[in-house]
Amino acid sequence: MKLRKIITLVEETRSEMGQAVTPPARRALAAAVIENPFAGTYVKDLSELIETGAELGTRLGNEALAALGCAPDDIEGYGKAALVGELGELEHAAALLHPKLGAPLRAVIGGGKALVPSSKAIGRAGEILDVPLGHKDAAYVRSHFDAMRLRLPDAPRPREIVVAVVLQQSGRPLPRVGGLRQDEIEGADGLR
Amino acid sequence: MPEVKVRKTLVQVETIFHEGGPAPEAPQKRAAAIAVIENPYAGAYVEDILPFMKDLEPLGAEMAKMCIDALGGDASVVEGYGKGAIVGVNGEIEHGALWHVPGGYAMRDAIAESMAIVPSTKKVGAAGTRLDVPVTHTNASYVRTHYDAVEVGVPDAPRPNEIALVLVMTTAGRIHARIGGLTKDQVKGEDGLR
Repeated sequence: MKLRKIITLVEETRSEMGQAVTPPARRALAAAVIENPFAGTYVKDLSELIETGAELGTRLGNEALAALGCAPDDIEGYGKAALVGELGELEHAAALLHPKLGAPLRAVIGGGKALVPSSKAIGRAGEILDVPLGHKDAAYVRSHFDAMRLRLPDAPRPREIVVAVVLQQSGRPLPRVGGLRQDEIEGADGLR
Repeated sequence: MPEVKVRKTLVQVETIFHEGGPAPEAPQKRAAAIAVIENPYAGAYVEDILPFMKDLEPLGAEMAKMCIDALGGDASVVEGYGKGAIVGVNGEIEHGALWHVPGGYAMRDAIAESMAIVPSTKKVGAAGTRLDVPVTHTNASYVRTHYDAVEVGVPDAPRPNEIALVLVMTTAGRIHARIGGLTKDQVKGEDGLR
């Protein structure tokens, strides 16, 4: 993996619409800007990017957790996304995200039963990437449906890929649209 | 005195290993702390806004600490700094100018070698507006390697009645700086310029 830069963002919402958010809603995004080894040409075997995905699951998970400065147990939700530079292919994002990134990411936070929500796009440097979020143990927990936004002015360059992971310590700042609550999770199937 | 109401904070850290050239031994780190506050003067012209400058001092100190903590907790690694403000569209540019003193001195109080003026920028803008915060060396403005800028922004801020205040600190000059000029080893440290 050829890594050009790492970026972390920690967002802490202390109030919203004049209502105090207690404790503050905190979440962190960690992203890596890497070289796309397959830019500009069709390559059938994407295993190099699949292995990079595994490495990044650990690396970005640890970066996000360290940026929050909390215990692994404090993490309630997660998400992942990739933005492929213009000379790459959507499948490159899929190779990074889907086969192997999830397991090491879950290992960083002591496990997670739910699918890691994801998104992917091809775009130029400065493109906005929204990383979808969901509860780590039960995908239907409505308070934790969310997204965190990233924009890097200088990435991805055409031969680069931005890979991002988000860890959240809570759901949205003021959730009140009903649905499955965190304290109702059965925890058997990753959904409820 | 208006109270400083903080809605949210955002801390951004970039760790730059290279930009296509040879990677230096240590990466360059660039940290930004952003606080989104209520603009007590939004929506109407207020003549005397000076008291709010004093009110912002504790927040400045908190944000300087956020930057230093994000860079590992040791202020002596900081070599460059900058500051900025984005004023929501119900405010005026002058409200952003209130940040010059509390923002700048918060960083200079926290950093030992900080004779240089803190470069700054400000604008009025909608939520999601991006700001390119200029950065120069903390002790000598003319250090050419450290002319830099860090883009920041908050997707949901500033709302019309808010201000996003920004402090930036960096641990090194540009990653492949090679255009000559004054270097940090040559700084005399007498006037904040050279």
